[in-house]
Order: sequence, then C-alpha cells, then structure tokens
Amino acid sequence: MAHAYTPGLRVTRQARLQRQRQLPLKGEVAVAQGDKVTRDQVVARTDLPGNVTTLNLVNILSCTPEELPNYMLKREGDAVEVGEPIAETRPFIKWFKTTVKAPISGTLENISKITGQVLFRAPPRPVQVMAYIDGSVVNVLPNEGVIVETTGVFVQGIFGVGGETWGPLHVISSGPDEILSADQLDAECAGKIVVGGNLLTREVIDKARETGAVGIIGGGIRDADLRDLLGYDLGVAITGTEDIGLSVIVTEGFGPIAMARKTFDILRENNGKETSISGATQIRAGVLRPEIIIPEADAAHRAEEGDQLGLVEGAHLRAIRAPHFGRVGKVAALPPELQMVESETRVRVLEVEFENGDRAIVPRANVELIEE
Amino acid sequence: MDKLDVVIATDCGSTTTKAILIEKKDEVYRQTYRGEAPTTVEAPYEDVTRGVLNAIQEVEELSGRQILDGETIIAPADGNRGVDIYISTSSAGGGLQMMVAGVIKAMTGESAQRCALGAGAIVMDVLASNDGRQPHEKIERIRQLRPDMVLLSGGTDGGTISHVVELAEFIAAADPKPRFGSGYQLPVIYAGNRDAAPEIERTLGHKTALTIAENIRPKLEAENLGPARHVIHDLFLEHVMAQAPGYRKLIAMTDAPIMPTPGAVGLMMQTASKRQNINVVGVDIGGATTDVFSVFDGIFNRTVSANLGMSYSVSNVLAEAGLDSVMRWLPFRLDEADLRDRIKNKMIRPTTIPHLLEELQVEQAIAREALRLAFVQHRALAVGLKGVQAERTLSDVFDQSSGGESLIKMRALDLLVGSGGVLSHAPRRVQTAAMLIDAFQPEGITRLAVDSIFMMPHLGVLSSVDERAATQVFERDCLIYLGTCIAPIGQGKLGAACAQYEIDLPSGAQSGALNTGDLLHFSLEADEEARLTLRPERHIDAGAGPGRELTTAVKGGAAGLILDGRGRPLVFAEDRTQRADQLRQWSEVLDHYPKN
Repeated sequence: MAHAYTPGLRVTRQARLQRQRQLPLKGEVAVAQGDKVTRDQVVARTDLPGNVTTLNLVNILSCTPEELPNYMLKREGDAVEVGEPIAETRPFIKWFKTTVKAPISGTLENISKITGQVLFRAPPRPVQVMAYIDGSVVNVLPNEGVIVETTGVFVQGIFGVGGETWGPLHVISSGPDEILSADQLDAECAGKIVVGGNLLTREVIDKARETGAVGIIGGGIRDADLRDLLGYDLGVAITGTEDIGLSVIVTEGFGPIAMARKTFDILRENNGKETSISGATQIRAGVLRPEIIIPEADAAHRAEEGDQLGLVEGAHLRAIRAPHFGRVGKVAALPPELQMVESETRVRVLEVEFENGDRAIVPRANVELIEE
Repeated sequence: MDKLDVVIATDCGSTTTKAILIEKKDEVYRQTYRGEAPTTVEAPYEDVTRGVLNAIQEVEELSGRQILDGETIIAPADGNRGVDIYISTSSAGGGLQMMVAGVIKAMTGESAQRCALGAGAIVMDVLASNDGRQPHEKIERIRQLRPDMVLLSGGTDGGTISHVVELAEFIAAADPKPRFGSGYQLPVIYAGNRDAAPEIERTLGHKTALTIAENIRPKLEAENLGPARHVIHDLFLEHVMAQAPGYRKLIAMTDAPIMPTPGAVGLMMQTASKRQNINVVGVDIGGATTDVFSVFDGIFNRTVSANLGMSYSVSNVLAEAGLDSVMRWLPFRLDEADLRDRIKNKMIRPTTIPHLLEELQVEQAIAREALRLAFVQHRALAVGLKGVQAERTLSDVFDQSSGGESLIKMRALDLLVGSGGVLSHAPRRVQTAAMLIDAFQPEGITRLAVDSIFMMPHLGVLSSVDERAATQVFERDCLIYLGTCIAPIGQGKLGAACAQYEIDLPSGAQSGALNTGDLLHFSLEADEEARLTLRPERHIDAGAGPGRELTTAVKGGAAGLILDGRGRPLVFAEDRTQRADQLRQWSEVLDHYPKN
C-alpha cells in the first residue's frame, strides 16, 4: 500500500462550509441565490405522496374481478371521503344489498380487473427542509433544494445519534477530563446544547433530556448506556433518525475518554453562541460524521474545508486503539520500514510522544490526526 | 480477439480500487504486479476513473510497463508497452441493491432471491403474497427501500396470474424511486408466469423501466435463473452503473462488460469447480458484509449476509451471535462492558488494526462467529426446490423429507476457500486455517485455501473472456493452499481414541491415536503430498463409512495437516476454566499464537 490511512476529524475555529439541503422528491425551492438564511428558515418544500390502503372487493361483494367495475360507484381518480359508499351490489331483494365504504379519505387510485384489488391513496403529506445553519444560499438546485454556505467553527465528532438541531452552546464541565454528574444540569439547560468534557453517562443524558436540552456533547459514551438509551443494540453505524428527544455527539469514542483539549477549548470559547449540530453518523462508503457548526458571519477566513496537513513530524494526533486508546500526542518519528507489533502483524508504524512526554511505537493505522 | 498476452484488470471497491497485471510468460498466464488507490466515487473527485488510473499508475511504476497514455489505456501490447485488454468489476457505492418479489415466499420468493444473489446483488427484502404483511405495509416498505432494481417473479407458466399481478399492483402503487438520481425510472424485471406478462406490462409499463425475462420457475420442478441473471447484469450496466459518477467513462474504457464484484467471484468459483470437478465453498468476509459461495454437484449458490462484517458491521456480529458465543473462543476473561466498548470503537474507526495479541484474539473470535452465522444463512438458502412432488420409490418410504434439503454436504466438500482481510492478513496462516475449521466445521477430508490478495473478482471477469487464462492464474497465483483438515465424524467420549492414524510424511512416517476432543498438527508443505491411513472406532466415520479404514493421499500447505478429533458440532467444556484449558491446548498444538 502506498501510504497508511490516517483518518482525521476536523476541529477548527475557522472553516468555510457548504451544506446541501435537498428534498426527498422534487418540489419547490423557497429562497433565491444570494439570500441570507437562518437555521430555522424553510428553504424548500414538497408534498410526499400519501399512504396507500387496499381493499379486495371481490371477496366482499362475492363477484369476479372482471365483474367488479359493474358494482363500482366511484371511478379511478375520484375523490372519496371516509365512510362514503364506493361500491354496492344490486340484488333483486334490496335487503341483501352489500355496500362497501371508503376506508380513508383521499383518492381512489386503481381498480384491478385481475385481482379485484382497489387502491386508495391518502392526501399528500407536506415536507419542509430547513436551512440548518445560518449562512447564505450559494446555489439553487432547481426543484430540489439549495446549497447554504457559512463560515465559522467546525468540529467533527466521531459518533452521534439523533438528527439536526440548534441552540445556544452551554459548557458545563470545567475541563476536558471532567465527567459530568446529573446534578450539574438544571433548568438553565432548556433549549440549549450541553457540553461535558469526558464520559456522558446514561444519568446525565437522561437529565439533559428532562431539562429540555436539545443536544449534548461529550468525550465518550459507554456502549451499554447507548443500548439503554436507544432501546436496542446498534448493529451497524448508520444513525441520525433516532427519536430520543435530543441529539448526542461524542468526539472521541466509546468508554470513558477525555475530550481532546483543543476541541474543548474551542467549545468553551464559544459558550453561549448559537450552534447547529447533527448526530447523523454513517461509516460506510461516503463517511458521514456528526458535526458541530458555530456560524460566525465576519470570521476572518483562513482555512478552506478539506485542507489537510498530513502525517508529518510534529503533527498532533490521537491514538485510537489499545493499548494507548484515547491518548493525545504528536508524531516524533516516522520510520519507513515495516515493523512487527505484539500481535505479530507487520505494519507501518510511527513513534509518538504523548502529552506527558512518554514515547511509544504505534501502527500508523491506529492514530488519527487532529486537523486544523 | 487475436492475442491475449497482457491483461490489466481492476476491481473498484467501496474504499479501494485494486489493479492487477496478468502476463503470459512461457505459454502460462501469471499475475505479476498489483497496485491500489483509494476509490474516487465520492466528493471531491466524483469520478471512478480517477482511482482506476491511479491504481494502474502504481502498476506501471512497479512493473516498468507503460500502460497509460494520458488517460487512455494503450492497446494492444507491444513489448513493454500497452496491454491487450482492460477489464473491471465494481462494488463501489454499496454494490447492487435489489428487492425481489415472488408469490410464495418459500418457492418463487426463494428462487428470486437465489437469482438476484447469484447475479451479485444484495437482497434488501423479499416480498411475497404470503409473507404475513398487510398490503399497505408491503407498499410502504417498497417505497422506503429505494432499491437499484426490482425482480418480480411468481407463478409457473400456464398457472394462475392473479397473485403475481397483485404484487405488480403493489409495486405500481408504491411508485418506487431508484437509489441514484431522480431523473430516471426504476428498472423492474418481470420473470414470472409468462401468461401474466401483458397484464404486468399494463400495470408497471408506464411507471417503471420494465423488462420482461424468461420465467425463473417455469415449472415447480425446475429453476431457470440464467436468463434473468443476464438481464440483471445488463440493467446493472445500463441503469445503475451509468448513474454513478464517472462510470460512463469507465464503461467506455473496458473491453468486456463490467460485472458486480460478487457476481464475478461466483463466476470464478463455478469455473474452478467445473474444471477440477470438485465441490467448493468460498467465503469473503469484508468490513460490512460476508459473502458465501458454494458449488455442489455443479449447482451454484451465493448468499450475502449484509450485516455481518469485521468493521462497519462488527457490532452486529456481537448482537446476532450473542456475547457468550464470541467469548467461548477466548482463553481469557474480558469484562463485558469493556468488550462492548472495544467492538464499538472498531466499528467507528474501521481501519485500525490489532496492536496487542489480546486484540487480535478478540477479532479472530468475532470472525469465527461472523463466518459461522453467514454459513448458517447460506445453508438455509442453498437448498433443493421446495414444493416439488418428487417421485418416491420403496427406498424413500422411510425418508420423510418434503423437498428443500440443504445442498451443502460437508462430507462431499473438497475445497474451502477464504478471503477478506481477517483471513488473508492473519499474521500466521495457521490462524486462518483454524478460523475456517472452527467456523465451517468441515467433515471428512477438506482442503483449505485463502485468496492471497483478493484476485477472484478480476479473474471472474477474465474467465468470461478467456477461461483458460483465468484458471491458470487462479491455481498458480490466486490461491494459497493452507493444507488439509481431516475430521472423522461421530461423537465419542472426551479423551477416548476415535481413530488410529498412520501418515507417510516426507520427513518420515508417523502413527498414533487421535483422541476425541483433540487436535493433531503435522507440517507438510504446499507442494508436498502424504499418504494417510485412518482406522476409526466402530461408531466413527472417517469418510469410508463407520469403523471402516480409509487410505488416501492428502496435500499440504502453509498450515500443514490438521487432524481434528473434536467432533461435529464442536463441543466446548461447560466450565469456563476447563474451556480456557481446552482452547489453550488446541492453540498449543497448532502453534497459532505466540507463546507469551
């Protein structure tokens, strides 16, 4: 392999970011190119086709599918109200008449002469797409959505649950090592995004939800707590649609683990500022990580999104696997030759100097750059 | 084609594009160089050919052969310049995702599933008239899924048409949208009762891109999967691939149709089985999915376990197998909460590798369970046709089976092939052999091999162009033979002799007793052969029948010969300490982990 893969999560005070805001189906775009938008502003809307309900009339009317059209009171495309007669038999004795009523309000969509199935469609359901971040519309995708651009703080977490939300940042921990306790959260958390330093325990997340916080950010979470929180064991890392009352983002991983100092410092500097977050995580092709965005309209722009320093001596990194999991340091040396580690795997390695001055050899695949 | 001396082949995977160079030297085809580069389907490149050119460039640098002139592949080969053909497979962007539908779940539903899987697809859901879901639930499900393609089947030719038309009505009502792009119609293949075709056309023709293929189950007693599979491959190219970034360019570059990666692997397995006249089981364990392939008596089956893998889906292995099943492979104790966190950390950072021995053992324990579960799923689908009224003779009177027997007969298995990172890159080859034996539990005499660098996809497409070239490379460069597993069948008392053995090894003859619950290990190189005689106990079958002596030639490999007296299924000591001793003893015999 040409080079070891060293994934990096971005943690930066100044980034230029674009977010595509797209409808699930074609619809109407509500803003124009160049418009300033706010996070809770509708930028596009459409109607999703309504749910379908079926009724097999041949069983009810005791007729063949071919005969069915003769008994129908409504035709394909007709509007129907729930309880309205849609078909009936015409027996010699009226007493034996069978009438079928519409099961829902909507449209009669299809009458099948082969199966005797009649399909009803409920009225369309409206959907709206919000801007999600404060910024300006830089591109309109006709009938589909827009691209919103902003500048400001951009922090990628490693894992999250829950979708997009926004609110003022509310930093509670005194430092990145501190594990929050539930009694540190109070009514002041309502509508805010709470920030802890280290582990987010189940009790703390529950308390955040009780107080009305819209999101919570921390260094780590225990898998057992995540399972309790979701009510099931998360098998595949595709998240973002959980309905758990708030969005949760961890920046480092599973288990008790302190937030990287730089990440914590950036969040503390921005305490109280309006912030947009998304817990959506998807680790298969097209990696999607949870994100924290703090738009800053007049931020002096220095770094473009996607700038990477690469794996060089002095680069800041974090070990992401045992035995040094979670420790932060910098690259001390990059020996080019393959080395055998304890598991007897022959890999490319690097020498890392941790924050306390300790040095260790670790596989390059087991570190993550902390990028500017 | 006039001349085929130099071939460049790529496989565009979800994360990496792998290129290999195959050259004909002294009338024999060999794989000579390989290169790889990140796949470039995603932003910022959004052009798959970028990664292809980068991977080919690496081959150029290593081989010294000029293959590219700018962005054009030089053809034909002339001396150290150019290649004769360029071929490719692809699974980028999640591969081919299909939904299938059949009238009876266990009959046309299963046939449709086998058809799609064999073509290389992931089957997202199987819809059937008798699947227990209400019509509106079916419609909602079809709408949610957004597959790349739908295969609709149902009914035998000349039979009733109403059920399959009803399924078509559900599909029409859902008005499903394809996964990529909103500007084209969803491809739907109809391969059911031919009498229903006009009605299907009327129902779906205006709402979907409908193709009518031959019925996959024209009679209850016959499955006809070939024609529909060809249609799937054609539509995969025309509709699905053509929507992915850069694929139109890639299609224009290749000299043979691009195949879905697992479809190509399946083709290679079938070719190898046919040429050597052997029964084969193959497995490819990836980060997200595990594919199992089998060819028994010429019948090919493939299954994909979409959520059993070693990185993205690793947590799901734990969820499905259960913690105890994973822990039973570990000779040490681990705190449950700690193990859970470790596994989740592997899921969110899939590219990390085990640094510590303990971590390697945990990964290999999980791999055993992922492989085992994937094989269970495979056995459930690789079955004879259900619903068939077989002619019964007097000898069948006591056989109460009603069709649908597993086609996987472990005693008839000749070759078990593994591939995928955890198997191909295990630090010791004997670890790979141990994982395959523990997960698949082969019976009798089975040769084991591993795909050295996951070359089977490339060779699969090559076999569609030149079968001989593909087989030569498969036998010489693709497979690394691990050795042979010899497992007499029958349960005995732990510690009691189950068979006496004599092995005529190149290093000298060896003989002794194989006890129930024990493993024995003998070195035998890949190019060496040994004569083995087994005299099993009365109730034990070594392959010639219970208690009957068996003498046969066995072949070696990187892991040698493994005599497995542990019985089938494997029996573990109930007591945790005893079980740890058992594992340590097996590990010592095989020498598969470092001593300290």
